[in-house]
Amino acid sequence: MKFARKAKVVSVIPTASMADISFLLLVFFMVSTVFVRYRGVPVELPQAEKIEKLQSRRNVLQVWVSSEGVVNIEDRNIPLSEVGKLVHKYLTANPRLIISLRGDKDSEFGVISDVMEELRKVEALRVNFSTKRELDE
Amino acid sequence: MIGRRQSRVAPEIPTASMADIAFLLIVFFLVTTTMNQDKGLSLHLPPVGETKEIREKNILNVWINARDQVAFFENDQLTPVPFAELKGRIEGRLQENENLIVSLKTERGATYRTFVDVLDELKLAGATKISIANPEE
Repeated sequence: MKFARKAKVVSVIPTASMADISFLLLVFFMVSTVFVRYRGVPVELPQAEKIEKLQSRRNVLQVWVSSEGVVNIEDRNIPLSEVGKLVHKYLTANPRLIISLRGDKDSEFGVISDVMEELRKVEALRVNFSTKRELDE
Repeated sequence: MIGRRQSRVAPEIPTASMADIAFLLIVFFLVTTTMNQDKGLSLHLPPVGETKEIREKNILNVWINARDQVAFFENDQLTPVPFAELKGRIEGRLQENENLIVSLKTERGATYRTFVDVLDELKLAGATKISIANPEE
């Protein structure tokens, strides 16, 4: 009698809710994915082949330079004379900061040079000229 | 007979594969999501006020003028270099002299794109010692 009853119990892992769980995960990822995108200045990056990736995004400060020569840091337009001061502030907060210089490909080199000069003055020496990967022709 | 057989089949939507479908979707989104990682040409700027005496023969001056033309400046002479030949020429110079420092001087009026292109070519040619000279006012 006991034997028979035991045999009746079939061990099954319930998979009916599996779909719900996975869809829940899907929705969670979709919702939590944040697209960090600055819309401050429209910048079209130049292209290059020998590019390096920046390891972490935490140690990066993006400095945008538009084709009109507008300098933008953290979504704020900054006059050139203030760039050094502001970068210095970020640099003291994080000494391992890398400056990602995102200049428009049609901007004048003079502005870029001025920005670089400002960076040099406050000892922000690690600079990355942000580019897109050059596509093979 | 036929009627009986039909009634036995319970109308049911198969949900067993639902989990598989959902996980497939998750994997698909995980794979296709590109973290727009920062990438570009890295450069270490020299601090302000640091000047080094370098022997003339170890320096190769590369100039970019406001019309985005590239030239070597040697012995008080400008030799224009077509952009396509730049990489090869730099490679040649680097073979002759391992300690060669490439000094890149760009006029303020040049476009940023040209600067990045030339910097890219220098890096592709294997030049590791690159200095960016300030444009003359």
